[in-house]
Amino acid sequence: MSRSDWEVVIGLEIHAQLNTASKIFSGASTAFGAPPNEQACAIDIALPGTLPVLNRGAVERAIRFGLALGARVAPKSVFARKNYFYPDLPGGYQISQFELPVVQGGAITIWVGEGENAYEKSVRLTRAHLEEDAGKSLHEDFHGMSGIDLNRAGMPLLEIVSEPDMRSSAEAVAYARALHALVRWINICDGNMQEGSFRCDANVSVRKKGTQPLGTRREIKNLNSFRFLQQAIDYETGWQIETLEDGGRFEQSTVLFDPATGQTRMMRSKEDAHDYRYFPNPDLLPLVIEPEWIEQVRATMPELPAAMKSRFERELGLSAQDASALTSAKEVADYFQAALAATGDVHAKLCANWVMGELAARLNRASLEIASAPVSPPQLAGLLLRIADGSISNAIARKVFEALWNNEGKDADDIIERQGLKQVTDNSAIEAMVDEAIAANPKSVEEFRAGKEKALNALVGQVMKVSRGKANPAQVNELMRRRLGI
Amino acid sequence: MPLSNEEVARLARLARLSIPDGSADATRKQLDSIFVLMTQLQSVDTTGIEPMSHPQELPARLREDAVTETNRRATFQAIAPQAEAGLYLVPKVIE
Repeated sequence: MSRSDWEVVIGLEIHAQLNTASKIFSGASTAFGAPPNEQACAIDIALPGTLPVLNRGAVERAIRFGLALGARVAPKSVFARKNYFYPDLPGGYQISQFELPVVQGGAITIWVGEGENAYEKSVRLTRAHLEEDAGKSLHEDFHGMSGIDLNRAGMPLLEIVSEPDMRSSAEAVAYARALHALVRWINICDGNMQEGSFRCDANVSVRKKGTQPLGTRREIKNLNSFRFLQQAIDYETGWQIETLEDGGRFEQSTVLFDPATGQTRMMRSKEDAHDYRYFPNPDLLPLVIEPEWIEQVRATMPELPAAMKSRFERELGLSAQDASALTSAKEVADYFQAALAATGDVHAKLCANWVMGELAARLNRASLEIASAPVSPPQLAGLLLRIADGSISNAIARKVFEALWNNEGKDADDIIERQGLKQVTDNSAIEAMVDEAIAANPKSVEEFRAGKEKALNALVGQVMKVSRGKANPAQVNELMRRRLGI
Repeated sequence: MPLSNEEVARLARLARLSIPDGSADATRKQLDSIFVLMTQLQSVDTTGIEPMSHPQELPARLREDAVTETNRRATFQAIAPQAEAGLYLVPKVIE
């Protein structure tokens, strides 16, 4: 028996914080970073006699999500009380949805891996439901007591539950990334993982390959980065396989991931699991969503990544992988489309290569997001036009790009002009340089005449060096061959 | 379906109720009488009837997404048993 005889089965629960101005059941602000409890109103702190009233904006965002995933937006859904005692939950229950969630079913297509081994896969969703967040407990020492900040209490959350469709940590991360991109794309969540706006729980189990029944699962709680998600699942998978191979067993339980050690550890077993005693919340009548409302929301939906991806393939002739990468985030798609439009919509492949290549690499080195790239889409387009019409080579283009990045000129033409980078295409000028190279490198000439094709590259390289990259390599090559009498 | 004393103890624990040793039987009997009523309700044939979550067939009223609350922390914390640095203080809890 070895690890390759096992298959891992993963389902994710993701909490996306909805970007409403006010909380889900109260008119308190959701702004991040306020001093403790300044945004916790009477409803949020559960003072007796207060009643929750549902925020229309939160429901609208749930509808947008349902439409984006081709899910069923329930005409009627019900809020329930999830009962447990913890000081950051002042009412003694969390308002959530249980039997009748607002979004049911749906699926999302993910792109896993890179290069030749990359593949597409569809992951089904079980449901997505609206609920309120709890407050925060601070366990620093306040004379042996804990401090409670209820600013987060009542924040609107959409809990998105997947089917156990993922078979590797890479698939789980690809799914989480796809959802992360989607909720930002349809503008329902800011996706800020450091601030906790997008948090993942992973249900992990293993089974022998080729067997049907699911193994015992353990749930890893509160993973707030894609890297931790991957590390936690990999560690947990290895642990489960080892335990079972050694003849051991384990119970269904909840575990925590410790980023410092890279390990998961038990938080509570099934016996200690909460018994939430859900029941319909009598304070909130059923949420009814009329078909007209759904149609109104549908009319405001942007073109979705999947639709844009197939349009890029169909209309621009881009490969599935390029199209997928360009639609991986709204900001990337926006940048690409703006740059492409500025080239007159004619250099899609070149534009795609530069956005995903040079620009992405440069952004990565500078730790910048594409939305704050120093080179604007029209500036990139200006550069691409000069590559396309042969004014500059790719090597020079990278120089011009760097100059644009460092704000050394207003556009590519300006920099090419100012720094004298225009490609030399004048035959007589190039011929002079070719002759010079031939005269200075008799050894290479001899080798080439003796049939060593590589020697020509050295001669061409000399000319390129003398011209400081401005000569057109194809032209140099041709003239060199002619001069050498081939 | 009569309850056992263990089940009563579990319910009490979940609800954070303390039931003094001597009154376990009395509590169980009271709960049992409620369960008898439930059993009676459950014996009604509800085939084909859509379950209701609420006694009235009314939809939820929704509010517009707008901030209407102001900071009233000082007022709320004036009646809290203990507060410090803007935080409500509670007996130490670490899960």
